[in-house]
Order: sequence, then C-alpha cells, then structure tokens
Amino acid sequence: MLEVAGLNAWYSESHVLHGLDFNVREGEVVTLLGRNGAGKTTTLKSIMGLVPRREGSIRFRGQELIHARPDEVGRRGIGFCPEERGIFAGLNVTENLMLPPVVGPGGLSVAEIHTLFPNLKERARSPGTKLSGGEQQMLAIARILRTGARLLLLDEPTEGLAPVIVQQIGLMIAEIKRRGFTVLLVEQNFRFVSRLADRHYVVEHGRIVDMIPSGALEARMDELHKRLGV
Amino acid sequence: MVMIFGKPLPLLFGQLLLGIINGSFYAMLSMGLAIIFGLLRIINFAHGAMFMVGAFVTWALLTYLHIGYWGALICAPVIVGIFGIALERLFIRRIYKLDILYGLLLTFGIAQVLQGLATNYFGVSGVSYDPPASLARVVNLGFMYLPVYRGFVVIAAILICFCTWFVIEKTRLGALLRAATENPSLVQAFGVNVPRLIALTFGGGVALAALAGVLAAPLYSVNPDMGSDLIDTVFAVVVIGGMGSIGGAVLTGFGLGVIEGFTDVFYPPGSAVVVFVVMAIVLLARPAGLFGKTA
Repeated sequence: MLEVAGLNAWYSESHVLHGLDFNVREGEVVTLLGRNGAGKTTTLKSIMGLVPRREGSIRFRGQELIHARPDEVGRRGIGFCPEERGIFAGLNVTENLMLPPVVGPGGLSVAEIHTLFPNLKERARSPGTKLSGGEQQMLAIARILRTGARLLLLDEPTEGLAPVIVQQIGLMIAEIKRRGFTVLLVEQNFRFVSRLADRHYVVEHGRIVDMIPSGALEARMDELHKRLGV
Repeated sequence: MVMIFGKPLPLLFGQLLLGIINGSFYAMLSMGLAIIFGLLRIINFAHGAMFMVGAFVTWALLTYLHIGYWGALICAPVIVGIFGIALERLFIRRIYKLDILYGLLLTFGIAQVLQGLATNYFGVSGVSYDPPASLARVVNLGFMYLPVYRGFVVIAAILICFCTWFVIEKTRLGALLRAATENPSLVQAFGVNVPRLIALTFGGGVALAALAGVLAAPLYSVNPDMGSDLIDTVFAVVVIGGMGSIGGAVLTGFGLGVIEGFTDVFYPPGSAVVVFVVMAIVLLARPAGLFGKTA
C-alpha cells in the first residue's frame, strides 16, 4: 500500500533522513521505533509533504507522492495525526471532528465514532482543547477515521498519557485494524506496540537499520532496549 | 423643548444616529481587517483604499454601464474581491514568510498607488452619487427627522456584520478558516487547499470593504481620500477590540462610533481624538484589546 524508497529530507540546512526504505501492506499495523531525534516524526511529515525539502520515492497505491502538496496527499487517502495532536482551540469538539473533508468511501459514520468514543458525544460543545489529554488523542484519531482515509499515520499517540488511557488507545488501534484500516505508528512505548503491530522498523540516524516481525520481538527485547535506550 | 444635560433632544438623537452610522463603517471595515489579519497575518493598510475603490466602482457602474445602486451592491464587492484575489496571488503571497512589517509596507504602498490613481483620474474633490430614489426620503420620527437612506445603512451594516459573524463562527467554511488560522499546515494535510482558502479570504475581506464603500457612496462624497480618512480610526477600533476577534471588532466599531458622536455634542474639539484616547486607556489596561486573547 505504501512503498518508501531512498527517502531523504531536510529542515533548512540539516539533513534529517538519509535514504529510508520501508513499506506498509494493506491492513497492517507497522511501527517505526527509534530514539528521540532518529527521524521517525520527520518520516511521517515527509510522507505528508510537511517538510521543506525531500527527495526519493513515496508511492501510495502505486502513485508517486514525492512532489505532491500536503493537501494532495491528504486527498489521496492518507490521514495524519500529529504528535502534538493538533486539536484546534477555536473549534468545539464536533467542529474538530467534522473538520477534515471526506476524501473517500469507507470512513466511519459519526454514529459509529460516538459508539467507539462516547466521551466525544457527551462533550460535543466543549472547546476542543478543554478535553483531557486522552480525550484529545481520541478526538485526533477519530476525526481521521471519519474521512475515508485508509492509511493512518499516528505519531506517538500514547505520549504523556496515563497507563489506563494508553490501554484504551491500544484497544482503539486494535479495533481500527480489525476494521481494515492500515496504520503506520511512531512509538517510544515498546510494551504498547509489541502486542499491536505486525512489523517493526528500527530507525537510527535517519535510516532504517532493522525490520523485526512481531513474533521475533520478544526474543530481541533486551538487544532493542539497549539499542534504543528505553 | 426637551433638554438632556442642557442639550436639546433632537440634537442628541441626531448625533446618536451619526455615531451609529460612522460606527457601522468602523464595524464593517474592522471586521474585514480582523478576518484578514487572523488568517494571513497581514495588517492590510490597503483596506481603506479598497473601501474607496468600492465607492468609485459604484459610481463607475452607474456612469458607464447604467448599473444602479442595487446592482452595485452585488457587482462592486465582486469586482473588488476579484481584484483582491489577484493582488494576493501576485504580490501578498510572496511575503508571508517575511516579518509582519513587510506586509504593512506592501499594503501601504498598494493603498498609495490606488489613491494616486483615483486622484489622477477624478481629482481630489471626487464625484457625487445619489441615494436610490426609493430611499431618498426623510421621515419624521416625532423626536427627530430621519433620512431613510441613513436608517437603511445602519440596518444593512448590522445585517452584514451578523452574516459575516455567522459564516465565521457557525459554518463549516468558518470552522476551516478558524482552524487554518491556528494550524494551517495540519489543515492542509487534511486535504484542504489552504493557499486557495487564503486567497479567497483576502478576496472576501476586501469585498466587505468594497460593500461598505457602496453603502458610503450616497452618504459621503466619493473622493480618493475617503478611505484614508476613515482607516486611522478603523485601525484604532481593531486595536481596541483586539486583533482577530470578529465579534469584538463589530461591537467596538459601533460603540466607538457612538462615543465619538456624543463627544461631538458635549465637547466638540474632543471628537477627533476621543477614539485614540480610548485606545490608549484600553492598551494600558488590556494590551491584547477588549476582546483579544493573549497569545
């Protein structure tokens, strides 16, 4: 579904990604693991076209996106949930939820979203940023489930959240996978992803240095802990 | 004759009406400025010139194309809006990444060019424009005489302000605008063509100024300086109301118009400066303006 080859990216003078190669197959949950500053977030932003300069190849459903503007990438059916969640303070919960335009068929209806996230219904009229951190995260994911985007890029959805909320988010991603969405997930929280994902890519200094299928993760935990410093 | 604070009642009502009319223009113009500033971070110094161009287009539509007042209410904002979109695409777009002062300089320059062109073609005294015949009457309200056109302007301004507020605060387009004001790149990643949204916003903002220009044409003399005379006060209104707040801009616009009107009754020499005195006091007490959010 997504094939990234030789991806390079720059922020002004600093060269952040040095030729990444990886792919995500339809229906998979794939994670990018790595230390802070390894280039995981930049990888997601590069796919969306949100970096000042990038080179290489990003093919989504066979179409080249390396020269596409962010809105064109979004229109093709890639949903983006940024690390800082991007909940709009000037919009209430419903407005936040309904903001991203529908880009294709197969999105969840508002009723389905309210069943999955009852809190979002209860607090429909509150300003988006008055929600708790966990609720904001759910809102940030919920709003891209609505659009019909079939590939979701989630940047550290568990960051800064209490363990019980992390668990809820985990259940949610499992449910998303069950419904046939494809997920590319950036995470620091090892434990969290080990049960969710099909495959893991290890990112170091802007390169992919390893690919670990989920089954092999357990056996290599110690080595990875050392490598990633977590 | 009934007197209040030693002033005859008809005089007070007359000044109140005048204040509300001036306030109508302050409100309509500062609203457009606030919308443009919110999304583009451009302090549009050419806003007064767009108001002036709107009035001249109204006159030109009648003189050359025999399109009267009611047609001009539609046509002039559309023409000026398209002109605004062209300006945004050709010039303003190039300076978003620069310091905010460059936008101020660029739009100031555009204003000077437009004013210069108008002076060149029409002279400083400008042209005159009559109100539509159906509104060119005066009614006796008992406590004062009301020129019908003036009442029409006030009602139209209130309607325009309400519709604009409604679009921004209650519709999907408005939600997109508000979201793009906060985080344009994320809104774009959702699949929205933000550069186009920005161009349309600028076009819409200056179309509002032109619409105010149409309303003003029969009221004031249509001259090249009509916009620059007004725009100083409008900037003060925006500063007092708080940059980026639509409702704040409208309330402040009407409020200051009325304050100005009454100052003219009780202390005429103060009427020209009262708005700026209020601005100084507000800035001392609330630097972000009455309705502004401190970022």
